[in-house]
Amino acid sequence: MDFGFTDDQREIQRTARELLTGRASAARVREHAEARRNDDALWRELCDLGWAGIAIAEEHGGQGLGQIELSILCEELGRSLAPVPFLSTVMAATVIEQDGTPEQRERWLPGLASGETVGALGAAVDGTAELVVGGREAGVFVLIDEDGAGRLLSAEDAEVNVVEVVDPTRSAARVSAIGDAGEQIGDGACAGLGRALVSVSSELVGVCDRALGMTVEYVKDRKQFGVPVGAYQAVSHRCAQMLLETEQARSTAAFAAWTADSDPEQLAEAAAMAKACASTAGREVTASAIQAHGGIGFTWEADVHWLYKRAQVDAALLGGAKRHRARLAAILADRVGASAAA
Amino acid sequence: MDLTFSEQETAFRDELRGWLASNQPDPEPADGGEDAHYAWRRDWQRRLYDAGWAAPAWPSEYGGRGASPTESAIYFEEIGRARVPMAANVLGLLLGGPTLMVWGTPEQKERYLAPILSGEEIWCQGFSEPDAGSDLASLKTRAVKDGDEWVVTGQKVWTSGAQYSKWCMLVARTDSEAAKHKGLTYFLMDMEQDAVQVRPLRQITGEAEFNELFIEEARIPDENIVGGVGNGWKVALTTLMNERAGLGFALQIRLRQLLDDLIGIAAERGLLEDPLYADALAELHVRCESIRLLAWKGLTDVERYGQPGPEGSLVKWLWSDTNQRLTQLAVDIVGPEALTFGTSWSYEFLRARGNTIEGGTTEVLKNIVAERVLGLPRLKVAV
Repeated sequence: MDFGFTDDQREIQRTARELLTGRASAARVREHAEARRNDDALWRELCDLGWAGIAIAEEHGGQGLGQIELSILCEELGRSLAPVPFLSTVMAATVIEQDGTPEQRERWLPGLASGETVGALGAAVDGTAELVVGGREAGVFVLIDEDGAGRLLSAEDAEVNVVEVVDPTRSAARVSAIGDAGEQIGDGACAGLGRALVSVSSELVGVCDRALGMTVEYVKDRKQFGVPVGAYQAVSHRCAQMLLETEQARSTAAFAAWTADSDPEQLAEAAAMAKACASTAGREVTASAIQAHGGIGFTWEADVHWLYKRAQVDAALLGGAKRHRARLAAILADRVGASAAA
Repeated sequence: MDLTFSEQETAFRDELRGWLASNQPDPEPADGGEDAHYAWRRDWQRRLYDAGWAAPAWPSEYGGRGASPTESAIYFEEIGRARVPMAANVLGLLLGGPTLMVWGTPEQKERYLAPILSGEEIWCQGFSEPDAGSDLASLKTRAVKDGDEWVVTGQKVWTSGAQYSKWCMLVARTDSEAAKHKGLTYFLMDMEQDAVQVRPLRQITGEAEFNELFIEEARIPDENIVGGVGNGWKVALTTLMNERAGLGFALQIRLRQLLDDLIGIAAERGLLEDPLYADALAELHVRCESIRLLAWKGLTDVERYGQPGPEGSLVKWLWSDTNQRLTQLAVDIVGPEALTFGTSWSYEFLRARGNTIEGGTTEVLKNIVAERVLGLPRLKVAV
C-alpha cells in the first residue's frame, strides 16, 4: 500500500510545474484570457514535449504511460490555468483509444498524440452537447449520450456554435452532429468516460491547490486591526476547510487514477466518486478563496476569479456532483440488491 | 502508487482473518451493566493475548509481532470488520505501552509492559481537568516532593475505564514557578489507594464511559516518574500522538459498516429511489471513502518519512463530522424508532455528539491544520 509517486512520476510533476511557472505566468494567462485566445506557442511547446500523447499507446504515437502520469499533467495545468486545449484533447483521445475501432484509433490517435489535432469530448442530451470545452478549435469530437452511447464526429460532421463561457482561458462550444453524420463509437457503454472523468477531477485538484496556496499567502500578508487576517480563526478555519476539501478531492482522484491503470473493475465507481468530490471541492475552495481575499478578490485585477471560473466550468463538465452522486446511489442500490439476492 | 497489499501484508491479514473466523468472543452480555460488559472485553483481550493478537504493533521483544504501520492498520480494520470489541486495556496497549517504550527506564519496561499486554493491569489516562481541556498545559493538579515520594492533589476528568484501572498516566504540575509547559511531570499513579476517588460521569447517552478522579494527597514513588521531572509535556505529547494512530482505522471501518447498515434499511424502505435520500447517502459514501483513502495516504507518510502528514488531523475531523451526519440522517431514514431511548440508532446519534470533542475538538484540529500545515500565524491570546 503506497500512495506516493514513483521517482519518474515525481520528475514529471517537477518538470511540468517548473515549465508552467515560467511559461504560463499569471500575466501571460491574463493576456490570453482577456483576448479569449489560446496560447498557441505554449501549446506547440507542450506538444513537442509529448504531453498530449502521454497516455496514448506508443503504436499510435504516444508515450504509453498511464492515467496517473496523465493526471499529474492535468493537475499542473489546472494549477497554472494555462490557456491550451490539453484537457479536451486528452479526454477525446482517451475515449477513442478505449472505445474506438482499430480504424478509428488509426485515423485519429496519432494526430491527437502529437497535438496536431485538437480533440473535444461532450456529454450530449438529445444529440446536442451544450458545453464542449475546446470545441472552437477541435478537429474531432466525441459526444456521449445519456445512455453511454458514443458518436465520433470530424469537424466537418459537426455543427459547432462557440459559446463565450465565464472561463475565458479555454474555448467552449455547443456541438451536435449535422444530420446523421459521424460514426458510432463504442458498444453503448463508454469505457473511456471513467478516465476522462479522472482527468477533469485531477485538473480540479490543481485549481483547488493553487486557490488555497494564493489564499494562504494573501491572508498571511493582509493586515487589519493590526494583525494578519489569517490569524483570525474565522479566516484560518476557512483555510483549513479549503485544505480538507482539496485533500479529499486529491485522494479520491488519485485512487480513481490508480484504478484506471491497475484495477479497471473499480473505475466506474471510483471515477464517479472523484468527480463528485472534485466538483464540490472546486466550487467551494475557489469561492472561499474569493471570500478570504475580501474586496480585492472580487476585482477583475486579482487573479483569483480565473480559478473560480475554471472550477465552475470543470465542475459542470461531464456532469456535476449531483449527477455523479446519483450514479453512485445507483451503484449502491445494485450492490444491496445483489447481496440480497445472494 | 500501489494500492494493493504486499504478499507479507496479505499473509498477515489472512492469518488474522482466519483466527478471527474461528475465535469469536462470547456473546455480549445482555444485562449486568457496564461491569459485565467490561469483564467480557477483558476476557476477549485474554484470548487475543494468548494467540499473540493483543498488540501486534508492539516489538517482539515486548511480546508483540513487530507489525509495520500498515499491518497495524490492517489489524484495526480487521478487528472492526469482524465486529469484535477492542481489547479491554485499549489505553494501555495504544498509549501507555508505546509511551513507556520511548521514555521508560529498563526497570519500568520490565515491570509494566507484560501486564498491559495480558490485560492483567488496566491503564487509564489522567490528562484533562475541569479547567484544562483543549488548553491541556494549563492543568493544575499538583505534585509535591516528600522524601522519595510525591504527594498529588487535584482533579481529573474524562478518565475512561478509571474504575477498572490499576495505573493512571497522570500529568501533574511539579513546578509552579516554571513556564506553563515546563513545570509538568508524567507519573504512573497507583489507582488502588484511598486518596484516589473515582466517580462515574454520566453522559448524554445515559451511560458512564468516563469518570471524574478526585485526588487528595495520593502518593507516588520517585521510580514511577516517566521521562524525568519537568519533562511531562514532551512525554504527554508522545501519548497524544499515539492516540489516533491506529484507532482511526477501526473507527473508519465502523463508520463504513454503519453506512452499509443504513443503506440496507433505506433500500428495504424504497428510499434509495427517492433522489433526496439517494443523494444524501451517496454523499456519505463519498465521504466515507475519502476518509479511508486519506487514512491510508497518511500511512504512506508514516512508512516513508517516519511521521504522519497533515492527514491525521484531517481524518479525525472528517470522520467525526461524517459520523454525526450519518447518524442524524439515520434518524430520518429509520424514523421514530431511532428516537426511542435505548435503541442502537438513538445511541449512535447521541454518542456521535462526543466525536467532535473527544481526542481533540474540531476547533483545535482546525487550529492545528491552520498553524502547522498551512503555516498561518497564531492569534496572540491575552493571558
